[in-house]
Amino acid sequence: MLSRVADSCFWLSRYIERAETNARILDVNMQLMLDFEDQTALSIQQHWQPVLATLEDQELFSKIHDAVTPDTVMDFVTFEKRNPNAIYSCISIARENARTVREQISSEMWEQLNRTFLYLRDGRAKADFYDSPIDFYRRLVDQLHAFQGTTDATMTHGEGWDFIQIGKYLERADSTSRVLDMKYHILLPSGEQVGGHVDITQWMAVLRSCSGLEAYLKSYVGQVSGWQVAEFLILHDQFPRSIRFCVDNLDTSLHRISGCEKNHFSTEAERLSGLLRSNLDYTTIGSVFQTGLHQFLDQTQLRLNEIADAIRKTYCQWMDE
Amino acid sequence: MNGLFKDYEVGDFFDEMFSAPGVVRPHYELLARRFREMDPGEFERKRELAEKSYLNQGITFTVYSGDEGTERIFPFDLIPRIIPAREWEHVERGLIQRLTALNMFLHDVYHEQRILREKIIPEEIILGAKHFRPELMGFDVPRDIYIHICGTDLIRDRQGVYTVLEDNGRCPSGVSYVLENRQAMKRVFPKLFSKYSVRPVDRYTQDLLAALRYVAPHENPDPTVVVLTPGIYNSAYFEHSFLARSMGIEIVTGSDLVVKDARVFMKTTKGLKQVDVIYRRIDDDFIDPTVFRKDSVLGVPGIMEAYRKGNVNLANAIGTGVADDKVTYYYVPRMIKFYLGEDPILPNVETYLTADDSDRKYVLENLDKLVVKAANESGGYGMIIGPQATKEQIEKFRQAIQADPRGYIAQPVISLSRCPSFCDGRTEGRHIDLRPYILSGEKISIIPGGLTRVALRKGSLVVNSSQGGGSKDTWVLDEDMAPEAAVSDGQSQSQGPVSVN
Repeated sequence: MLSRVADSCFWLSRYIERAETNARILDVNMQLMLDFEDQTALSIQQHWQPVLATLEDQELFSKIHDAVTPDTVMDFVTFEKRNPNAIYSCISIARENARTVREQISSEMWEQLNRTFLYLRDGRAKADFYDSPIDFYRRLVDQLHAFQGTTDATMTHGEGWDFIQIGKYLERADSTSRVLDMKYHILLPSGEQVGGHVDITQWMAVLRSCSGLEAYLKSYVGQVSGWQVAEFLILHDQFPRSIRFCVDNLDTSLHRISGCEKNHFSTEAERLSGLLRSNLDYTTIGSVFQTGLHQFLDQTQLRLNEIADAIRKTYCQWMDE
Repeated sequence: MNGLFKDYEVGDFFDEMFSAPGVVRPHYELLARRFREMDPGEFERKRELAEKSYLNQGITFTVYSGDEGTERIFPFDLIPRIIPAREWEHVERGLIQRLTALNMFLHDVYHEQRILREKIIPEEIILGAKHFRPELMGFDVPRDIYIHICGTDLIRDRQGVYTVLEDNGRCPSGVSYVLENRQAMKRVFPKLFSKYSVRPVDRYTQDLLAALRYVAPHENPDPTVVVLTPGIYNSAYFEHSFLARSMGIEIVTGSDLVVKDARVFMKTTKGLKQVDVIYRRIDDDFIDPTVFRKDSVLGVPGIMEAYRKGNVNLANAIGTGVADDKVTYYYVPRMIKFYLGEDPILPNVETYLTADDSDRKYVLENLDKLVVKAANESGGYGMIIGPQATKEQIEKFRQAIQADPRGYIAQPVISLSRCPSFCDGRTEGRHIDLRPYILSGEKISIIPGGLTRVALRKGSLVVNSSQGGGSKDTWVLDEDMAPEAAVSDGQSQSQGPVSVN
């Protein structure tokens, strides 16, 4: 497969996943806000600021908007063309990448993605958004899921598909770590206690952002606790958005591409992903909290970046010649 | 209620559907019957349905204006152009004859130049042609095929005679629309389509792949074939990727390829892989910055060396532009006579060479009545239609012709045939042309029909997409009539002429 094509499959998939994460975060945050009666300007700002912190877009945001309000944040993360990580931009970049590999992906995949893009571009999306933001984000996530399903059902599960899996799982592992970290940025209102009503509601929101509340409740009986939510989202071996699950699948795709046996490595990317995978396989949530959750997530994001760099060096080095 | 064709004006033109006001040609009868049941509203809905499917599939070309490019669809008209079997058989023979002669001509001008020595074509016309490539003198292309893919534009004059307007022997585009238009018609009018016995077009991409494989260097039986595109910002990118996808081969840009030891390789995730045949959709000028235009970033440095050493083949060959020069066009009928000893089956449009003193005198005196075209432009650029031009435009061309007589030709204004087309909620006659795609491999094969382009602006004679043109599906019939509407000698039997008023 052409290196350029591999690269485009990878980024196409990353941007789709990024758009989905953004849509979920906004949806959940919107709902969470409705749960609280205390809606002063300050509390609203405290409620939306973490979204920007999670997406690392604060600087650009403050160049475009003066105040952090639900409207400005949602517009910035959804439609703002100047924001390269806005949902609109993600879909548009994903589509550009798809255009360059149209002969590699199936027509159904292209059409699904193109429809989503046209929907966002044509103003229908904005109209739906004003009607009901929550419905709008759900619909968007549905469309992106349709893309994932179409990909699995219509594309040959060969090298290109594996690069798509790698892009998806790298981005998803990164997103889950960010969503989990979002809780770190959210301040508990004064007077509220860890493990109290508000704290628990916030942890449940984190789970919802990862579509994980129902799956969590099946695994852990009883009260939702931060400790267990973190364990679930980092270390669960079967939940498709847990970091461990993502890294495991990423590692599998890397080995399928190279043909190297699992638990061995033939490239630097495989070595790094294997290392991260075995760390996640053999660590406990106790030791994660001992390191500090925030530090652990930070480190994980760095290691995911290193894997992405190594993949590029291994498979796309010719492109720079 | 006569719906769509009520008040249709045939006008003083050859009309593809009506032989006289209210009289439908036999091969259009079934269609007329079906369409008369439809009111403009239903038709409009069908049109929107087709348009939407084009947009969703991304069958678009990009128009650049302002800061961002807008993607537009190439307008599609739902009323097909229908060509009876016997008519097509004639066109097909004419095109095979023409392409055979053009390939012989290209071999000749890059080798012995017999046609120049015997003064059939003045030497200076060919050696001075903008796209003549002296670098390739004496070079043998695999299987002696130069133009592997040709798009020859045909028109019909007032009497309905098929006439050649120009040959596109470099990178003719548009074939993807032929295939997509067919899909759209099947979707929108499944019943009507099944009543006609229309020759299928979807073999084209397999035939194209076979033709490309046939010309591999050293007759390699299992060559690696790729499509070379300028990239996603090229207006025809959709087509490039469509063709690659339909043939199941890679589409590459210049930067995906690298030349080492006079061989061409593509950069893959598993290292370098050698490429044997390149269907290039980049003009000669841009293909190799070390030989042609130095500023080209689209091409592949060193590819010409690999080509000349016979390690890679390019389709079309380098240097075919000398054959689709509009001055060379003038000589094609003579070429056919010279190489094949036959009379041309399809005539040229009457043409004046401004390089010729007496022709030039006539042209300069009649600029307001003639069509003038630059010899090496395409896409509807570099031309004026005298009767529609302003005084300034005519003066500009007068000076241009005097400065460079070799650079222009002139032709009388031809009233292209018209076909009913749906415009602004009603059906009106619009001018059309036809571009069949001719493949030259083990044998010459032609897509049944081709791209019918239609000038959607009222009165316009320019069918190019950049100038307000659209397209229609082109139906070549398997037998001259579908059984239900059987006729003999072109006369309608049982029902008499279908009256549409």
